[in-house]
Amino acid sequence: MSATPDAFASVPSEHTELSLLENAWRHRPGILGWLSVTTHQAIGMRYIVTAFIMLLLGGAEALLMRTQLARPNNTFLGPDRYNEIFTTHGTTMMFLFAVPVMEGMAIYLIPLMLGTRNVAFPRLNAFGYWLYLGGCLFLYWGVFTNTAPDVGWFAYPPLSGPQFTPGKRADFWAQMITFTEVSGLCVAAEIIVTIFKMRAPRMSLNRMPLYVWSMLVQSFMVIFAMPAVVIASSYLLSDRTISTHFVNPAEGGDPLAYQHIFWFFGHPEVYIIFIPALGFVSSIVVANARRAIFGYPAMVLSLIANGFIAFGLWVHHMFATGLPQIGEAYFTASSMMIAITSGIQIFCWLATLWTGRVRRNTALHFAYGFIAIFVLGGLTGVMLASVPLDLQVHDTYFVIAHFHYVLIGGALFPLFGAFYHWFPKMTGRLMSEKLGKINFWFLFIGFNLTFFPMHILGLKGMPRRVYTYPVEMGWGPMSFLATVGAWIIAIGGIIFIVNVLSSRRSAHFAAANPWDAPSLEWAADSPPANYNFEHLPTVASRHPLWDPPEERAVVTGLRNDRREVLVTTLMDAEPHHRYVLPGSSIWPFIAAVCVSIGFAGSVFNPWYVIWGSIISGLALIGWFWPRRPFHMEP
Amino acid sequence: MYSRCLKIAFLTTAGCLLLTSCQREQRNLQPAPTRLAIYGDAARQSTLRPGGPVGREVVVNNPYNATAYDISEGKRLFDWFNCSGCHADGGGGIGPPLIKDHWIYGGEPANLFDTIVKGRPNGMPSWGGRIPEYQVWQIVAYVRSMNGLQPTSATSARPDTLESNPHNLQNRTSGVTK
Amino acid sequence: MTRLHLVWTILCLAILSSCAGHQQSAIDPAGPQSGKIAALWWGFFWLLAVIFAIVMAVMLITLMRRPPSAIENRPPEQAESGLKRTVTAATVITVLLLFVLLIVSVKTGKATADLGKQSSLLTIEVTGNQWWWQFRYMNSDASRILTTANEIHIPVGQPVLIQGRSNDVIHSFWVPNLQGKRDLIPSRVTTEYLQVDNPGVYRGQCSEFCGLQHAHMAFYVIAEPKDKFNAWMQAQLQPAPAPTDPVLEHGRRVFLNYQCIYCHQIRGTTAAGQNGPDLTHFASRRSLAAGVLPNTIGNLGGWIVNPQRIKPGTHMATIAVAPNDLQPLLQYLESLK
Repeated sequence: MSATPDAFASVPSEHTELSLLENAWRHRPGILGWLSVTTHQAIGMRYIVTAFIMLLLGGAEALLMRTQLARPNNTFLGPDRYNEIFTTHGTTMMFLFAVPVMEGMAIYLIPLMLGTRNVAFPRLNAFGYWLYLGGCLFLYWGVFTNTAPDVGWFAYPPLSGPQFTPGKRADFWAQMITFTEVSGLCVAAEIIVTIFKMRAPRMSLNRMPLYVWSMLVQSFMVIFAMPAVVIASSYLLSDRTISTHFVNPAEGGDPLAYQHIFWFFGHPEVYIIFIPALGFVSSIVVANARRAIFGYPAMVLSLIANGFIAFGLWVHHMFATGLPQIGEAYFTASSMMIAITSGIQIFCWLATLWTGRVRRNTALHFAYGFIAIFVLGGLTGVMLASVPLDLQVHDTYFVIAHFHYVLIGGALFPLFGAFYHWFPKMTGRLMSEKLGKINFWFLFIGFNLTFFPMHILGLKGMPRRVYTYPVEMGWGPMSFLATVGAWIIAIGGIIFIVNVLSSRRSAHFAAANPWDAPSLEWAADSPPANYNFEHLPTVASRHPLWDPPEERAVVTGLRNDRREVLVTTLMDAEPHHRYVLPGSSIWPFIAAVCVSIGFAGSVFNPWYVIWGSIISGLALIGWFWPRRPFHMEP
Repeated sequence: MYSRCLKIAFLTTAGCLLLTSCQREQRNLQPAPTRLAIYGDAARQSTLRPGGPVGREVVVNNPYNATAYDISEGKRLFDWFNCSGCHADGGGGIGPPLIKDHWIYGGEPANLFDTIVKGRPNGMPSWGGRIPEYQVWQIVAYVRSMNGLQPTSATSARPDTLESNPHNLQNRTSGVTK
Repeated sequence: MTRLHLVWTILCLAILSSCAGHQQSAIDPAGPQSGKIAALWWGFFWLLAVIFAIVMAVMLITLMRRPPSAIENRPPEQAESGLKRTVTAATVITVLLLFVLLIVSVKTGKATADLGKQSSLLTIEVTGNQWWWQFRYMNSDASRILTTANEIHIPVGQPVLIQGRSNDVIHSFWVPNLQGKRDLIPSRVTTEYLQVDNPGVYRGQCSEFCGLQHAHMAFYVIAEPKDKFNAWMQAQLQPAPAPTDPVLEHGRRVFLNYQCIYCHQIRGTTAAGQNGPDLTHFASRRSLAAGVLPNTIGNLGGWIVNPQRIKPGTHMATIAVAPNDLQPLLQYLESLK
């Protein structure tokens, strides 16, 4: 039941309006209907489920790696298989799990948080998902046909060039990137437009939830960063397939050019993964400290500054290549500077928790886990920013420890917290708190047991990406400890899955707002209907659901017999005009298939660029074929 | 119900794709050491022989046919053993070109193997008994790939120019300082 | 604190205590550069550990606090301004500390890089190959350029200039006990200065992923007093003597008649292959196959007979050496001191 009562008595009876709304927003039946879905909740869920499967696959690869490294001179995996596995682990986690899951959560949550019915471009949304799925299938087709990439997740040439990586392995890697980056750009564009133009009336920019701010910053970062990796991977792919000379030194190319272009993307990429997680933490902390966030303007400015500064750090990945000292000093300064923006946010959260009435549910456990792990990872990051220290620990297990601390602590823990926080909204049921806390402790303890010893291994000289190591180096005991920790993490993951599956069918139904959180998504039903809200809400403050009910107004006058939404102005969200969103459409799926054929085929034969363009063009014609104005079909 | 259909469809497709585990990507990192046998009888250049045909012909195939790793190794060995010293990068110089349609001593893999192992008149050294058999097959695969007789997906990309930049990685002569 | 915290503390102490001096350890310095870096490391470590402890303490206190007048969703005004002061102060302190760390890092970087001001440096050209190291001691007199592989000797107390190149992919030259790493990038020359103060044997390892046997691409740096170094250098510059013993002569003939000469060089014989490591003074090295195995006659036999078993993917060919040729060959190679 909706928590927003009608404000006007002359509104037509709810029953008729509601049934019109349900009819306008229903999914078409059957398998074609399933392929034609354009509602954001369904697409968001698909992203989340697919990304979670990728997480499991990446985790399986990690377990294989750790099993091989548990003992010195182990023979569980040979060098070729190990190289494929560690590359696929990194590639899956970075491109096929971390960014897509954040996108999926955004696609699910943003329209709800903004008080609207769908994202700005529903068909583009669907297209982005199918293309992402195509990328997953493409890479794993390679994995299961012995064509998994084996050159590391950033694939430096000339090792990944035509002479030193024969076959199609690196080509699969490079082209998978194209899939996922185009998909990411689609999502970024629609998130920005949704946030800017489809907010609830009077939700001015300074009343937006911090999660929305984080997704806005992240989406702009995606738009600026992703083209760089498409360029880098295209340079590599064309050097490998059509004998260009961009980055292949045998023909006058420059391997460092690849590194610069890749890391210009690669560093913002980790912030692209991390900044939405900051938004999760803000939501969880506000709901469970039961007070407004301390320092909202500082938080927003820190997020924006984080986004900007992230683009000025990339050369810290290349300190060992022999840079001029002034360059080293500059990038040390910028790499340390970004600790300030992250630090401000940590201080603000701690201040919020200091003065709040803390409710220690599982989501908050994960938020605390985030603070502990991320701060440690951030501090090792400050160490890595220092060039002399970096020159000792670059490309060792110290770096592996650092980035897992910031990525798992900084992104995965908030993500799990977000799952626990929003599961009641997504499914209408509460997750088991008891299992949730056990889940948290397994993950927390397992994680620290796995990755803390790696700091020491790095300082003691263990390089990255080695499939084995000799006994006499003394790395055996720490490595074994790390392997034990990895298996504990695996158990934690299993507990999570058990919790999800059992909670989905449990009898603990959730109210609309079990955490008494202030943001708009908690006003929708649990789970939300396809149309999200019976009547679109308006807001009068930063915390609409903490306002007294009589102050909460709704929008009336939108037609309910078609997918109509309200477009508002950018700064103050004054209502501007009505807009009709397209209904279900099979064309995004068809277009994605055509584009996928073009991408996948071009790895084997350049002619597929032509064939792929032709069929994609035809699909786009079908997509944009003009229909009767105010198209009524759902 | 439809999600179950989709799951079945997906698993079937995945299964089929799994079976296409490619010849292209096989990497045998522990080849058997050398054999000194020479496939004299299989590498005949003509079907005519005295005494009439004698039973079934032995067909010898390149075990590394269409395998990307071995074609790449063949390219490396082509350079390391200085085949390019006489044959350049396939265009020939002191020796005949290796990119051609008409092979004097036969262009089938068995013939190429025979040529490398036995040597040929007018200057082709005999490598038999020197380099192991698996390396001969890798070089054969590479020479065939120069002629476009290996799948393009398995063939390593060639430099565009026959003469590579002397500042690049292929110059391994010690004494060259920069 | 809770039992969990106790367990965690014990674990940390156990782990940290195993940090003591070690081969290939960045925190067991043996030269001025790694010494400065290690000092910087400990400075960073303790400062940041204290900061971490403070943040964790604050975090844990938030769990235990019960704010006195908790009005639903609206904190008291005084608390807000007090928090504002604290957060601002914390931010300012963060900025200042980071500034200090920046200055200290840049100064240390300058100090470790500035050994090159001396003239007549010993220059070693390091060339990375998949998966072994070629070292050439440069000299203006071309007859005194020494080419060797996988092991270098350097004199104690004298700076050495490392010129890094690569023949194939990107490698990275790293001896943690002595200095930070430097990437070896094809089509470029990268440089680094090295100095050792304590004589000893230091292991280094490639630290940029370079393919199948990246894990098995190590080398040794042996630091010794100047006179011992000069003696070593003199001995290394000599070509291999002609063997007098018939077994060794047999071994040399085996070396010259098999495939070895296609890749290896032994000065003093007709073998002049450039693709693989120089073997002129092979027996004087501690290890074989780039730091993988100790250089003993048994290991050498295993390596020659089946290199792929030890380093799968290595470019050393699998050659079938006839049984009565193998032992003489091994004897000969182990006589190349």
